[in-house]
Amino acid sequence: MSDFPTDLKYLATHEWARLEEDGSVTVGITDHAQNALGDVVYVELPEIDQAVTAGDEAGVVESVKAASDVYAPVTGTVIAVNDALDDEPEKVNQDAFGDGWFFKLSPADPGELEDLLDAEAYQEVCEEEDH
Amino acid sequence: MIKQTPLYNEHVSLDGKIVDFAGWQMPVNYGSQIAEHHAVRTAAGMFDVSHMTVIDVEGPAALAFLQRVMANDCAKLDVADVLYGALLNPQGGVIDDLTVYRLPSAYRCVVNASTRDKVLDWFARQQMANMTFAEQPLAIIAVQGPEAVVLASRALQLPELVQLKPFTAMLQDERLIGRTGYTGEDGVELIVPAEQSQLLWRDLLALGVQPVGLGARDTLRLEAGLNLYGQDLDEQTSPLASRIGWTIAWEPEERDFIGRSAVAAQRGAHPQKLTGLIMHEKGVLRHGQVVRTDAGEGVITSGSFSPTLGCSIALARLPKAASGACQVDIRGKLKAAKIVQPPFVRHGKILVE
Repeated sequence: MSDFPTDLKYLATHEWARLEEDGSVTVGITDHAQNALGDVVYVELPEIDQAVTAGDEAGVVESVKAASDVYAPVTGTVIAVNDALDDEPEKVNQDAFGDGWFFKLSPADPGELEDLLDAEAYQEVCEEEDH
Repeated sequence: MIKQTPLYNEHVSLDGKIVDFAGWQMPVNYGSQIAEHHAVRTAAGMFDVSHMTVIDVEGPAALAFLQRVMANDCAKLDVADVLYGALLNPQGGVIDDLTVYRLPSAYRCVVNASTRDKVLDWFARQQMANMTFAEQPLAIIAVQGPEAVVLASRALQLPELVQLKPFTAMLQDERLIGRTGYTGEDGVELIVPAEQSQLLWRDLLALGVQPVGLGARDTLRLEAGLNLYGQDLDEQTSPLASRIGWTIAWEPEERDFIGRSAVAAQRGAHPQKLTGLIMHEKGVLRHGQVVRTDAGEGVITSGSFSPTLGCSIALARLPKAASGACQVDIRGKLKAAKIVQPPFVRHGKILVE
């Protein structure tokens, strides 16, 4: 069974977003997503200082099986990327909500996070997809 | 209607991740596709391939029928021999690729799951007098890897199996065992009555054979440079542009197989070839990506990450003169790749750089 941590916000396209204490937003793909993709072998991350818009493509995750776009959950500027995924993309499979994070944003409007799905609503999206 | 093989419950009890494949509920992996891949290259793995279609062709005209529909010549087969070949349409495109086993009283064709309906329809349209064909409700377990034959011989309690030559088969009661496979490793394929398949599967599991899903089946066959129907082979493309020209039996000249005149006209003159690509840059080559070479453009027919090489590889249909360096368009970015001769891996050894 996949995990659905309640302290995160979600996109229906299977990204998670966490508002950190310093006001930044950390982004990754969900446990459900890594499970569906299978072994992750390559992650294409955005550039630092790159401006991203909510709902737009900000990276790509490739498993053995397929390539999948990663979308920005909120509008903002990229302030950090998880370079460790370059050598160890399998971290996405092993710890999707922790060491497998993709990038951090400085959000233009932190209020945008409120528009995202909560854990319960996201879990429903996943269950519908599975049927 | 979604179909299940006789081994479906085994996959579920092994936590196989079940996906739809050509109308069948099949395991794509049992946890890690990459670990399953390595198990086949280094030890032994087993695949449920019961979704493939088994068709027995019988009667006095069975051979004449196969000599008409197949581009390879089944007259070459002694009893217990196995042959790989293609069914061509009159335009020389590939309807399917298949293996044919010669049994004492029939020819057994194993065709793809995804092509079942059209092959049965094609056989019906080409039917001759004095022959019949019928689909057989059999299970197939492929056991592959350097330890596969020894472990299969133990599971079957059949010591003679280790002497079986490649591309030959033997019968053990109702079981047909071929020294064949789709991974580039040594191994056997066990075609058995459905009701015997669960026990055989469990015996192999108890001997340490790793269950392997369709995901690793694809990366193993790609490393081995073996075609997948629907990607590397199709009805619009000549076998001469698909690396299976060697399966066309041109002799005897009087054998009038379907598609002969079309492929004969392209012989030695086809402008394209199917070849290999390797990419050391990060990223994954995929079906449909455009390849730019000094000799013109081509396209990737199958691509994936190669667990054995640790980078991406592909089969690509390119202009015949293409060689050396090339570029692949991956989501609008051009990445450097190299044209190489498949197979990429065989018997556990890397053959390309």
